[in-house]
Amino acid sequence: MSRRRDDYEQSWWKGFKEWVDGAVDPLASGIEIQIPEKEQRDKEMVHPGDFGQTQQSLYDGRGLWYFRRFYQVMSVFLCLSIIFVLLWTVSYLPAFGNAGNPDNNEVSARYIEQGLKETGAVNIVTGMILDYRAFDTFGESCVLFIASCCVLVLLRIDAEDKDAMAKGKSKKRMAEANDRIFEPKNDIILQKCACVLVPLILVFGIYIVLNGHLSPGGGFSGGAVLGSGLILYLNAFGFKKTERFFTEKVYRRVTLSALTFYCLAKSYSFFTGANHLESGIPLGTPGAILSSGLILPLNICVGMVVACTMYAFYTLFRKGGM
Amino acid sequence: MRAFEVILLFCLVACAVAVGFMKDLLTSIVIFMSYSLIMCVIWVLLQSPDLAITEAAVGAGVTSILFFVTLKKIRAIRKEDRHEQTKG
Amino acid sequence: MGAPLFVNMEETVSVILFGVGFTMLMLHRNLIKKIMGMNIMDTAVYLFLAVKGYISGRMVPIVTDGIQDVSAYINPVPSGLVLTGIVVSVSTTALMLALTIRLYERYGSLDLDEILMRAAKEERI
Repeated sequence: MSRRRDDYEQSWWKGFKEWVDGAVDPLASGIEIQIPEKEQRDKEMVHPGDFGQTQQSLYDGRGLWYFRRFYQVMSVFLCLSIIFVLLWTVSYLPAFGNAGNPDNNEVSARYIEQGLKETGAVNIVTGMILDYRAFDTFGESCVLFIASCCVLVLLRIDAEDKDAMAKGKSKKRMAEANDRIFEPKNDIILQKCACVLVPLILVFGIYIVLNGHLSPGGGFSGGAVLGSGLILYLNAFGFKKTERFFTEKVYRRVTLSALTFYCLAKSYSFFTGANHLESGIPLGTPGAILSSGLILPLNICVGMVVACTMYAFYTLFRKGGM
Repeated sequence: MRAFEVILLFCLVACAVAVGFMKDLLTSIVIFMSYSLIMCVIWVLLQSPDLAITEAAVGAGVTSILFFVTLKKIRAIRKEDRHEQTKG
Repeated sequence: MGAPLFVNMEETVSVILFGVGFTMLMLHRNLIKKIMGMNIMDTAVYLFLAVKGYISGRMVPIVTDGIQDVSAYINPVPSGLVLTGIVVSVSTTALMLALTIRLYERYGSLDLDEILMRAAKEERI
């Protein structure tokens, strides 16, 4: 039976646990920005219409006009000089398409000569970005995830906005109503076109993702195609249909599991590779669909992250939530 | 083939300049979309089909859609403001 | 200076595009136009990188017929770099557009000068 230490109350672990649970706010004592009360905020918030009268006087100044002219002339001058300097540099660069250029060095030669044997991928570019430089790609998938988180922070609209509820209309409802102002609902032409196009686009996207190691394509392009297919479906049939299979929870689960799987799989393969251990992942025969070791599952992970992120961007822009 | 490439590159510069000079935002977004498509063809000519697929899906597809949605959102906000002003 | 510029035509065009994009970023007061200029600068850099990897008369870097010779394929490294770059540029574009929407909600304008003026005025109040 486990027993609490006597000094549990003062221990680091308790503090950490409380911080994780959100019980204490470490910034509460030293916080600099005081968030104003709701009424005060409303008072401070100046309505866009109030600016209309003062605008004229602000724009009247003769000095401002001169400054603007000066700014335009100077920026054109600066840009032209930048273009001139860059063009001058280009005229000293080695000739286009020459095999002896310094960037065609032993690195690319190694990727081309040993790539098929070491990674098992027929497409050398995919073999490079998902095997030799896989951590680079991992960081980039994380950039996508972080970008979608930032857009979520900026554009999210809470369903339980107390103030708006009091007025009888929640803000979310207003945004959704706004969303429909500029488009006809249940457009029959769009729906019939989408019936034909969406399955084709989705199948094409899945094909690109799965054949990333055999033909041009891979996780990034296939994921973007899948995302645009989903966006077309959403546009044709509305949010009610898509919310049956894609909600915020699904997004969170898919993205996190894909990123975690990517990280674990690649850590394993780098660990075994660095210590000269047998990784036990068969490379298969080049050209078969089940070949080239980890590249196929990693491609699927990247494809899922990219598709979900593109779709999430769109829904966040449309109605501020998924 | 070289002549085709010259024409495409010229169109690329023309599109980029046109995006800057268009007064209407919607027109400039459509021109930007065609800029991406021309870029996609140039990438096929430069023997990198991976980039061509990605650019066609991402540059011409998703980026333009995001621009369109932003524009729509902004017009919706403007309309709402006008509505409030006329009412109040 | 003229002859090498025509030989390196793609590089010349990419540099000009960079300049056009930079001009749009500096000169235009509309935020959406600024974002477009940023995107044009992005693609110009990608074009420059991809052109650096091209070798005339060679094939796509996909192994065909078991040929694994350096003299058969173009350089795969720039393609890989640009591939990751394109997707990152979309996410930065989305982030900038989200910021633009928030600015418009707050200040009711897309003009950067006007937004700055209103922000300064609000601070004085």
